[in-house]
Amino acid sequence: MTTVALKPATMAQALTRALRDAMAADPTVHVMGEDVGTLGGVFRVTDGLAKEFGEDRCTDTPLAEAGILGTAVGMAMYGLRPVVEMQFDAFAYPAFEQLISHVSRMRNRTRGAMPLPLTIRVPYGGGIGGVEHHSDSSEAYYMATPGLHVVTPATVADAYGLLRAAIASDDPVVFLEPKRLYWSKDSWNPEHPMDVEPIGRAMVRRSGGSATLVTYGPSVPVCLEAAEAARAEGWDLEVVDLRSLVPFDDETVCASVRRTGRAVVVHESGGFGGPGGEIAARVTERCFHHLEAPVLRVAGFDIPYPPPMLERHHLPGVDRILDAVGRLQWEAES
Amino acid sequence: MTVMEQRGGYRPSPPPAWQPRTDPAPLLPDAEPYRVLGTEAAAKADPALLRRLYAELVRGRRYNVQATALTKQGRLAVYPSSTGQEACQVAAALALKERDWLFPSYRDTLAAVARGLDPVQALTLLRGDWHTGYDPHEHRVAPLCTPLATQLPHAVGLAHAARLKGDDVVALAMVGDGGSSEGDFHEALNFAAVWRAPVVFLVQNNGFAISVPLAKQTAAPSLAHKAVGYGMPGRLVDGNDAAAVHEVLTDAVRSAREGGGPTLIEAITYRVDAHTNADDATRYRGDAEVAAWRAHDPIALLEHELTERGLLDDDAIRAARDAAETMAADLRERMNQDPVLDPMDLFAHVYAEPTGQLREQRAQLQAELHAEQEGGH
Repeated sequence: MTTVALKPATMAQALTRALRDAMAADPTVHVMGEDVGTLGGVFRVTDGLAKEFGEDRCTDTPLAEAGILGTAVGMAMYGLRPVVEMQFDAFAYPAFEQLISHVSRMRNRTRGAMPLPLTIRVPYGGGIGGVEHHSDSSEAYYMATPGLHVVTPATVADAYGLLRAAIASDDPVVFLEPKRLYWSKDSWNPEHPMDVEPIGRAMVRRSGGSATLVTYGPSVPVCLEAAEAARAEGWDLEVVDLRSLVPFDDETVCASVRRTGRAVVVHESGGFGGPGGEIAARVTERCFHHLEAPVLRVAGFDIPYPPPMLERHHLPGVDRILDAVGRLQWEAES
Repeated sequence: MTVMEQRGGYRPSPPPAWQPRTDPAPLLPDAEPYRVLGTEAAAKADPALLRRLYAELVRGRRYNVQATALTKQGRLAVYPSSTGQEACQVAAALALKERDWLFPSYRDTLAAVARGLDPVQALTLLRGDWHTGYDPHEHRVAPLCTPLATQLPHAVGLAHAARLKGDDVVALAMVGDGGSSEGDFHEALNFAAVWRAPVVFLVQNNGFAISVPLAKQTAAPSLAHKAVGYGMPGRLVDGNDAAAVHEVLTDAVRSAREGGGPTLIEAITYRVDAHTNADDATRYRGDAEVAAWRAHDPIALLEHELTERGLLDDDAIRAARDAAETMAADLRERMNQDPVLDPMDLFAHVYAEPTGQLREQRAQLQAELHAEQEGGH
């Protein structure tokens, strides 16, 4: 058995590799968006694709997000498998009508005759010092739209595997890329990239018996850091990375919470009307008799995303997570 | 280096050479809507085509009347009539080849029917037993689109994809004067022109967006003029002149097929009926205006031309009317049957595979239905 040297790669590089491999494997895969061609995208995720596959396969479009998604719908209707890049979270909003009125429901309104195998890549979230309109966490809007899958990786390996799975899916997938993890590094084997992950399975990133942190995307590393810090307080925290918000993996989440008896949901998105409310409700409905304390939420504040010099006060950090863990009614046990 | 740093050594330089990217003159629409009937051009029209158009118009009018009647009998939830616009509807269908695609709005069910779609399937959306009543691939008719103009970028994308695959396919997208104000109208035309996609945009300017007249919709010289800004030709046509609409559409489809890129066509017509059966048009327009347009009726115009020129006798007129009655009787009979509904369909096509939560909700509904039956409701 030969050992292959593992090389460090960034999440952005893993995404590029996933796009390249998908395009090489399937001639119907087309990448399109603003600046994705010659420039390789503002985050360089599409770097080299136009050169390797031609501009018909990796296309610089006019600057119009509804037009990008709307034409991608037409391309998918004709049997192509478009992968659309929305340049930033907040720039995807003009495409919402296409997304909600067509992308999410075309399969349903045609009784399955016209599925839309579309992937919509959206760099999302804060923590990169972006000015206004460059740091939104818009996942709640997508989660509230039936017919979409909503996926978000937190690791280099998942970035590759989940993007390959999204492109291979016959349903539309909103693929949320945590901007501040684009440059996070991990070791991988570039000759044999990770397996294509099935969409819809959460993963326990850290095992622990005291309480469960339920999280996803950019908040996963923060929760892992919090779990390490919690050891000093005597808490052994489990961290569940959802990876897929829709479909939601009740099984993995609830198995963890039933074991630990306590849960905190952590995300950057605002708490009110945010994903945490849905997750807390699902956990409570399914695990009520196992719970030692109410499910708590640690979220961004319910404010428009702050300017970069103030964003650190908004983003859930280790202290805010530990504070919530501390409020999980431990007194009852002593 | 700034002028200050050059200490007076700077000589003003002209801007880099500029020229218009496209000559706008050939893109401009004609001053008057193009007409065939009642003009010299009529003599050049193919008599067989004119007779076919006539039979289809008669059938189309009967379809509109029958569908409107079905709303009164409670068999259709709503019907947006295309009475008065049959020339546009029929010509749109006949200008396309079988492999081409039609992208209709909710007022364009007649175009879909003229393309070969079963009228019952075309009316499923308006009956309310499902959203799209047909497989779009069967007749290459995209789902009837309700959010205005949002189907236009789909037509562009489909035409673009067909060309990328090397297929000889044209997409025809239909929209109204109101829809031309939507952002998707702009984006679709822009993408189509930049990609030189084989797509034709047919704007049926029927005077009203529900109650709002064109003057409150746009300040453009005409809707066809908007084409120039995108770098595609704009064409104006009398939308009640079936021969003219058919000719202009056929030319645009041919040009698109031959690589000439997209065309925007504005057909001047009139919505003779109210917006739908639920609308009251007397609140926003006068009888005189409607009467003037009724006098320029698409069927009467064509029938007059054909009879004047001895191309249509009483037998042919009767045959067209009989065929229309047969269609209407069949439609009436089949629409008077209750559609078979399966509530489980609600969960069947949301995803390729239902999610866990949809499986739970399906089970819940199943239990509710079971309890209903047990309770003898």
